[in-house]
Amino acid sequence: MKLTGWGNVPVLDCNVSAPRSEAELKAAVARAHAIARGNGRSYGDSAASRSNTIDMRNFDRMISFDETTGVLVAEAGVLLADVISACLPRGWFPMVTPGTKLITLGGAIAADVHGKNHHIDGSFRACVDWIDLMGPGGEVTRCSAGENPELFGWTLGGMGLTGVILRCAIRLRRVESGWIRQQMIPARDLDAAIEIFEDNLGATYSVAWIDCTATGDRLGRSLVMVGEHARADQVAPQHRHRPLHVPARPRRTFPFPLPGFALNPLTVRAFNALYYWNGKRQTGISTIDWDSYFYPLDSIAKWNRLYGRRGFLQFQCVLPLERGAPGLHALMEAIAGSGQASFLSVLKRFGAQDSPISFPMEGYTLALDFPNTRKTRDLMPRLDAITLAHGGRFYLAKDARMPAPTLARADPRAAAFAAWRRETGLAPAFSSSQSERLKL
Amino acid sequence: MTGPVLILGARSDIARATARAFAAEGHPIQLAARHAENLGTDRDDLQTRYGVEVSLHDFDALEVRQHEAFVDGLPVLPEIVVSAIGVLGDQTENEDDVEAALGVIRANFEGPALILGVLANRFATRGSGTIVGISSVAGDRGRASNYVYGSAKAGFTAFLSGLRNRLAKQGVHVVTVQPGFVNTAMTAGMDTPGALTAEPSEVGEAIVNAVKKGRNVIYVRRIWWLVMSIICAIPEAIFKKTSI
Repeated sequence: MKLTGWGNVPVLDCNVSAPRSEAELKAAVARAHAIARGNGRSYGDSAASRSNTIDMRNFDRMISFDETTGVLVAEAGVLLADVISACLPRGWFPMVTPGTKLITLGGAIAADVHGKNHHIDGSFRACVDWIDLMGPGGEVTRCSAGENPELFGWTLGGMGLTGVILRCAIRLRRVESGWIRQQMIPARDLDAAIEIFEDNLGATYSVAWIDCTATGDRLGRSLVMVGEHARADQVAPQHRHRPLHVPARPRRTFPFPLPGFALNPLTVRAFNALYYWNGKRQTGISTIDWDSYFYPLDSIAKWNRLYGRRGFLQFQCVLPLERGAPGLHALMEAIAGSGQASFLSVLKRFGAQDSPISFPMEGYTLALDFPNTRKTRDLMPRLDAITLAHGGRFYLAKDARMPAPTLARADPRAAAFAAWRRETGLAPAFSSSQSERLKL
Repeated sequence: MTGPVLILGARSDIARATARAFAAEGHPIQLAARHAENLGTDRDDLQTRYGVEVSLHDFDALEVRQHEAFVDGLPVLPEIVVSAIGVLGDQTENEDDVEAALGVIRANFEGPALILGVLANRFATRGSGTIVGISSVAGDRGRASNYVYGSAKAGFTAFLSGLRNRLAKQGVHVVTVQPGFVNTAMTAGMDTPGALTAEPSEVGEAIVNAVKKGRNVIYVRRIWWLVMSIICAIPEAIFKKTSI
């Protein structure tokens, strides 16, 4: 069966099984080179193994939810979207969420995803109480910060390479409403954007859309969006009687893959300029429903068709705080200078994080996406080199093409992870196309 | 109206999706299947997601003489019953092995028809209720590739049609569900065309809608109505030489 990540590149021919019970899962794991796959939202080849990909979406049951503590126990194939549908009406929202709700809990743990509140709450690990993990022999081990802490540590951010995540307990956040009070702050250039982030470290959510097509003294112009969960009394009067209930958004499907020439540097530049000027007009505070705020792209199913059949490449790195500004300048200049353009670019301030293999560290993370063309593929190694020169590292959930030596240079933890996997017999029992490429 | 919904054959993917779709509307759910004690996580799931009451009931569709006792044993007569009972079987095995063929015929026709007959009488006495039978487009015309399964489904479809006719004046409604390909354990490993293949959740939502709107016969996806109309319109002299 042909599999791709969300970026539609690479396309891999994989043996896929979809077990329905622990016994069937155990039989699948026994075939070695196994990797669990959730909803296929990582961008590259993290969740694909040519010989043994295990589709976990049949494990999609919620087991219990405690409305007083906000602890949800659920199987790994449950989607974050389902967690929100079940728990928001009772006043609870995920503690940490990435920019799509169409991911499984297993995937969120494996990639140790982050959200707009990383600087306050940290990555997904901050809300994980425990994980049940199936090992190479089919045995199920519970791990948490107190029980099997080493296994727990490597599993968060371990890209599914420590076993198959079966179940987990996660803690949710209490909210009074399904609405977010957002403040939009335009930044005329990169330094202004960084200043706004540093001034708003106390805000629950902050993120910036950044115009990677602007050059000269507009380099890095951005719209910084700061947000807080709205209190019940801050919800618009017509929704105040049911503050946790948000009107459903219309869902559309991107009808067909756009032809390759549709997204070119010219159209991308025009889009980004429009987006900036439109955003600038909306400067100030507004109240937005949770779905539009956290998941703007989820309302268009298959939006990845925007990039046509050849797919697109994501690039996401994090630069340590003290070298963030010069590193970001160098990255933006390299992109602008290449004549290539990133359609959607996101800048975010991370808080401190110390974990065995997770992506975040204190500093600035930049996420870019490019149509998959020869020119953009040539640009990637240059962005890699700038990241390395500034002490940064890379997000494996976005990666589809990085060479192993680049990862090894960026992240000494990778070699330790690979060694630990060999010692414990987790390699080659669990492997993905990505782990083979990166020698993890 | 959010009365209890009885799901027969509750272990199947379509049954699980249908149970979720009804629970999402606030209906209490009765899950019935063999070895019902193993449905604990499904019960937990429905209770956790939707906050509805869920009960488990041992039920064997093939033990037809126990059907009355099964219905007597339910805590309350359901408002709606959905039969998701059925097995696909293997056509070539069914051609050579009488026991295999008998199993397929009984599981797709006898078992589901007779239990719905028992429930129909109870609903008629009460003067209300909805009966949903999940049949198959395979019953619309017998084909070489699956006619044992298809003929049993054809019998079930005819039974539902007759039941609907009989109960129409007694306040009881009957919905016939004709799924085409559905992405389930039954079709795992089959290479089914994407545009014609529904997800179990689509079937579940279509059933809830059909019950709400009082529809008689639904095809899921709807395109299957057209597909089967064309297949049924082919003259037999030509049809017998095809391999559809």
